[in-house]
Amino acid sequence: MHTLKSDIVLDAQGLACPMPIVRTKKQLNAMQAGQILEVQATDKGSTADLKAWAESTGHHYLGTLEEGDVLKHYIRKANDEGSSDRKHPDVVNNNVLESKLSEDGVAVIDVREEAEFAFQHIPGAVSIPLGELEGRIDQLNKEADIYVICRTGSRSDLAAQKLSKLGFSNVYNVVPGMSEWKGQTEGL
Amino acid sequence: MTVNKITAKQMARKIIDKESLFLLDVRNSSNYDDWKIEGHHFHYLNVPYFDLLDGVEEILPKLPRDQDIVVVCAKEGSSIMVAEMLVEAGLTHVFSFEGGMKAWSEHLEPVKIGDLSDGGELIQFVRMGKGCLSYMVISQGEAAIIDPTRMTDVYIDYANESGVTIKHVLDTHLHADHISGGRQIAEKTGAAYWLPPKDAEEVTYDYYQLEEGQPITVGTSAIDMHALYTPGHTIGSTSFIVDEKFLMTGDILFIDSIGRSDLAGKAEDWVADLRQSLYSRYRALSDDLLVLPAHFMIIDELNEDGSVSERLGTLFRHNHGLNIHDEQQFRALVTDNLPPQPNAYQEIRLTNMGKQQPDADEQREMEIGPNRCAVRS
Repeated sequence: MHTLKSDIVLDAQGLACPMPIVRTKKQLNAMQAGQILEVQATDKGSTADLKAWAESTGHHYLGTLEEGDVLKHYIRKANDEGSSDRKHPDVVNNNVLESKLSEDGVAVIDVREEAEFAFQHIPGAVSIPLGELEGRIDQLNKEADIYVICRTGSRSDLAAQKLSKLGFSNVYNVVPGMSEWKGQTEGL
Repeated sequence: MTVNKITAKQMARKIIDKESLFLLDVRNSSNYDDWKIEGHHFHYLNVPYFDLLDGVEEILPKLPRDQDIVVVCAKEGSSIMVAEMLVEAGLTHVFSFEGGMKAWSEHLEPVKIGDLSDGGELIQFVRMGKGCLSYMVISQGEAAIIDPTRMTDVYIDYANESGVTIKHVLDTHLHADHISGGRQIAEKTGAAYWLPPKDAEEVTYDYYQLEEGQPITVGTSAIDMHALYTPGHTIGSTSFIVDEKFLMTGDILFIDSIGRSDLAGKAEDWVADLRQSLYSRYRALSDDLLVLPAHFMIIDELNEDGSVSERLGTLFRHNHGLNIHDEQQFRALVTDNLPPQPNAYQEIRLTNMGKQQPDADEQREMEIGPNRCAVRS
C-alpha cells in the first residue's frame, strides 16, 4: 500500500455527504497555497464530488488511493503560480521535451510534490520535489541535459535557477509543464 | 429547522398524475447527466451542492416562486442542507427529497394490471427510478412473483397484506442490469425458485428448471402460467403466458423497443434467436394478449394509471423493432451503435449466478444509474 506525503491529513471517515467537502473546504482555507491535503473518507460518492468541486474552485485534485473501505483523496491547494515572472533563460516547450525523451543523456527532473508525481508523471522522470532539490543535488549528473518540469512552469523555473547557480550548465525549464502534457504518462 | 419532505412514493404519484414540479438537483453534473428523476412536466436545475456552500444567492433568480421546488441529491444529506438555505433565503414551497436518488432507485410502486378469471389479480411493481418491472400473480390465497428486484420485503409485505402465500418465484432470464431478489424471496418464504436452465449453467445454487411448456399453478383452480422459450436477450430467455390473457416478455420485447443481445457477450450469435422469438414465436400468439415487459426506458411508456403494458397487436403495428423486414437491417440495429452497457453489468450477472456475494451497500452501488437493456432506433 502506498503512503503519499501530505502536509495535512483530514479525517472525514464516517461522514456522509455534504460533510466531507464542507470539511475539506474549511481545511484548505487554513492551508497555504501549494500544500497537499489528504482527505480520508468512507463516503463512496466523495471521489466524484471532490474531483468536480476541485475543478470548479481551481484546487488540484491529484487522485485517490483505496485502502480497505477508506478512500484517501489527495488535493493540492491552488496558488497563483503563473508564467509572468520566470527568470531562468533556457526555456523549452512540452513538444520539445517530448521529442528529446528518446535521446541519451537526457534527464527529466519533476519538481512537483510526491503526491502529484505519484498519480501522473512522464515515464522515466525522476521525482525531486522543489523543497528537496538542494539536499539531493548529488544524485544529478552535471554533464547531462537536464529538463526540469512541474505543473505550470513556476516551480521548475525556481529549480532551474537553483541548478544553474550550483554549476549545472545544461538546464532547461519545460513550459507549460504537466498541466498540459499530451505525451505518455504513468502513475497510480 | 426542519425542512418539508417529499417521499419516493409521493414522487411516483406526481409522475403518474403528470404534475408539474421544479427539481433542483444538487448532485455533481456527471451523475445528474447520467441519471435523474424523470417526469412529464418537470423542470430542472442542476447546481452541485458544493458550489452552494457559501450561499444560494446566485441561484435564487433561477428558481420559481409559484411552483413546488424539490431538492434532490444522492442520499439526502446535501438536499436538506440546500433546502434549509433556500428556506432561510425566504423561499416557501421547498422540499427535500427523502432518501435521495438511493431511495428513488429502490422505490417500487404497485399498480394493478387486471383481474384473473378466477377472481385473482395481477399486480405490476413499477421501479420508477430504474425502469424495472416485476409482477405478482395472485390467485386463491397463493402468489407467484416474476422478475423480483432485490427489495424483497416489498413483495413479502404485499403478499402478507393481501393474505396470500408466495409459492413460486421466477426469473425470465439471468438479469444483467439489476440484482434479482428471486433466490432470497424463495429462501425467506419457502417458495420454489425457477430459472431457465440455459441461463443457469454457471449458477452456484439449486433451482427449479423452467422449460418450455412448463405449467406453473397458482391457487387451487390453477391459474395457468406456461413458459414459452424466447431466446435472444440471453440464450435462456423465457416468456410466460398467464391466464391466456397476459404475455410476460422479460427483456425480449418492450413497449417502445426490443431487447439487446450483447450483455452476455453474444450479440452476433443471438441475433437470429432474437429475431425468431420476436418475428415468429410472438407472431403466432393472439393479438389480444397484454404485453407485460420486465423494463421500461422512458416515462412516455407509462399508461395513465402508471402501469406499463400494451396489446401485442398494437406493438406489432407500432413498435419499430417488430417492423424491420430486412434481416440485415435488423442485425445492424441489434449489433451496431449499441447504447452503453448497464453499470457493473458483469458483476451483476456474477451476483445473480451466486458467484459474488456483495453486501447491501455494494449491491446498491452496482445498480446505480439508468437501465439500459434495450435497443431503439
